[in-house]
Amino acid sequence: MTGLRVIAGGLQTTVQDFGRPHVQHLGIPASGAMDRTALRLANRLVGNDEAAAALEIRVLGPTLEVTADSARVALTGSRTPLEIVGEGTVADHRSVCLTRGQRLRVPALGDGALAYLAVEGGFDLPPVYDSLATFGRAGLGGLAGRALAEGDDLPLALASVESRVEQALAKPDYLDQSGPIRVVLGPQDDFFTAESLARFWASDFTVSSAVDRMGMRLDGPAFDHRGGHDIVSDGIALGAIQVPGNGQPIILLADHQTTGGYPKVGTVIGADIGRLSRLRPGAELAFEEVSVTEGEAAARTAEGEVQALFRRIAPAGAALDLARLADSNLISGVVSATPGDDGLSSAPLGR
Amino acid sequence: MTDAFAAPQFLAAGDGAMVVQFGAVIDPAVNARVTALAEALRGAAIDGVIDLVPTFRSLMIHYDPLRVGHMALRDHVIAGLSVSGTRAARRRAWVVPCCYEGDHAPDLAAVAAGTGLSPAEVVARHTAASLDVYMMGFMPGFPYMAKLPPELQVPRLDSPRVRVPIRSVSIAAEICVVYALETPGGLSLIGRTPVPFFDLGRAPPVLMESGDQVRFEAISPADYDLLEGDYAAHRKTLDYTWVDVA
Repeated sequence: MTGLRVIAGGLQTTVQDFGRPHVQHLGIPASGAMDRTALRLANRLVGNDEAAAALEIRVLGPTLEVTADSARVALTGSRTPLEIVGEGTVADHRSVCLTRGQRLRVPALGDGALAYLAVEGGFDLPPVYDSLATFGRAGLGGLAGRALAEGDDLPLALASVESRVEQALAKPDYLDQSGPIRVVLGPQDDFFTAESLARFWASDFTVSSAVDRMGMRLDGPAFDHRGGHDIVSDGIALGAIQVPGNGQPIILLADHQTTGGYPKVGTVIGADIGRLSRLRPGAELAFEEVSVTEGEAAARTAEGEVQALFRRIAPAGAALDLARLADSNLISGVVSATPGDDGLSSAPLGR
Repeated sequence: MTDAFAAPQFLAAGDGAMVVQFGAVIDPAVNARVTALAEALRGAAIDGVIDLVPTFRSLMIHYDPLRVGHMALRDHVIAGLSVSGTRAARRRAWVVPCCYEGDHAPDLAAVAAGTGLSPAEVVARHTAASLDVYMMGFMPGFPYMAKLPPELQVPRLDSPRVRVPIRSVSIAAEICVVYALETPGGLSLIGRTPVPFFDLGRAPPVLMESGDQVRFEAISPADYDLLEGDYAAHRKTLDYTWVDVA
C-alpha cells in the first residue's frame, strides 16, 4: 500500500469532505470540513473535484512521508508555509509535487485554528454513507474512524502524478474576513429574556478553550432563561447557538449532534461558519442579527466570492530544481526574483 | 389536550434549515403529523432539500440556500400538509431481544422501587409495550421510542452516567432509548440487547428509522451471550416484518 506514511499525527488531523448531511435523520452528524472555502480551494489547487476529501488540520499539523512514487499536495486555510523537511518551505495556497521519501510537515499554524491539505486524486478509503468524513465519536469514516496517528499509512488513490505546471492563489484574502458573526434569531429565542438578547447583540464574547469539531463554548455574559431550560428534543442546524441551564452559549459546529433538548437562541449563517470555525481559543467575537432573507443573500454573495477566488488561481511560475536551489543557496534570491508569485516563499518545485 | 390539528409554526434555524413545529409535547398525533409531512416532502423530491429530520414534535428541513429559499420551501410545506393526511400504508416492525438480568440491568431494581412494581412486573410491562420510533437522534442509530405505559414512567437520573454501556435499553418518562454507542447518559438502564443498533460492518449501519414499530422480548443471560457473539461476528442479523397500518 502506498500513499502517505504518518510520521507525526499533529494535534487533530482528520480526513474531511463535504460530510454526510443527508443522513441526519438516522442520528448521524453531518461532519465534514469546518471551513468549506479552504477545502474547496485546496482541492482546486491540486486539480481535484472541489468536494473531494482532504486532511483537516487543527492548530498543529502532521508530518507525512510520501510512500507513493509521487504526490501533489496543497495547503490552504492558513497563511502557514508547508515545510519540506530538510529542504525548505513551500508557500500555502500553492500546489507542489513531492516524490517518494520526501517528508512534508505542517508546522504550528501561525494564524487560525484550521488548515487543509489536499492530495491530488484523494484518498483510497471506503466511504460511509457516501462520505469519507471522519466522525471520531462513532469511529466512523476517514482512516479507521479517528484522527491520524504516528505509524498510520494513509492510502492515496493515485500511485503517482503527472508532472505539470503548479497552481497558486496569490492573495488568500478570504482569511481576512472580519466583522461581527451574523446570526438569525430562533428557533427558541422566545425562551430568553429581552434583556439577555439585547446583551447578546451588544457584548463581546471570547472563544473559550472548550472548542472542538462538535462545538465552541463562548465566554461572555450569560443568557437568562425566561422559564425552563429544557425543551422536547428537536432538530439541530449547523451553527445553532445552544444555551444550556448555566446560560453560557455553545455554538454547534460540524460534528454537532443531530437533535437536542436545550433551547437554541439563534443560528450562525452558513456564510460565516468557516471564519467562525477558524477562530482559536482567546479570540474575541461579536454578533449581529440578520433575517433569513439576508442570510440567504449572504450565502449567494459568499459563493460569488469563492468563485472569484477560484478564477484567481493561476500557474505558479516556472518549475525549478529544488535540490539545485538548496545547494546553491539561492532560495531567497529566487523569491525576490519572482514578482507576483508570493506563492513561492522558498524552494519550488515541479520535480 | 393536544394541538395536533392546529396549523404548524415555521421557525427559523439559520439560512440552511427551518423547523416546522406541530406542538411542544410528545404525543402520537403530533408525531404522526411530523412523520406524514416528512413522507410527503420526501415524495416531492424538492431540489435543494438536503435532509428531512423528524423529531417528536417538529420536522427540521435542511436545505441548500443556493438552490432553494425559505419562502419557496414554505410553499412546498403548505402543499405537503394538504397531501400528508395519510401515512404510509405499512411500517417496519421489529422484535428486539433484551436481557433484563444481572449486570445488564443496573437500574431495574431502582425502577421497580420507583414505580411500586416488582422487577418482573417492570419487565412484563416493558415487553408488552408496543412502541413507535418517534425520532432518531442525537448520535448515530439511537431510536427514541414512545410511549411507555404510565405505570412504567420514572424521571431521569439525578446524576447522569459518564459512560452508558453500548446497546443498553433505557427508559425515562414516556421514552425508551437504546444506546447505539457508548456515550454519557441520564436514563435508567433496565436491560441490554445483543443486537447492534449501529454497526459499520453491516449495510446499512443504522438499524432503525423513524416510524418503525418496536417490541422487546426477554432473553436469558446465556442467550444474550450467544446472540452477542453471533451478531458481533455477523453470523446473525435481526430482521423486521412489514405490518399494515390501520
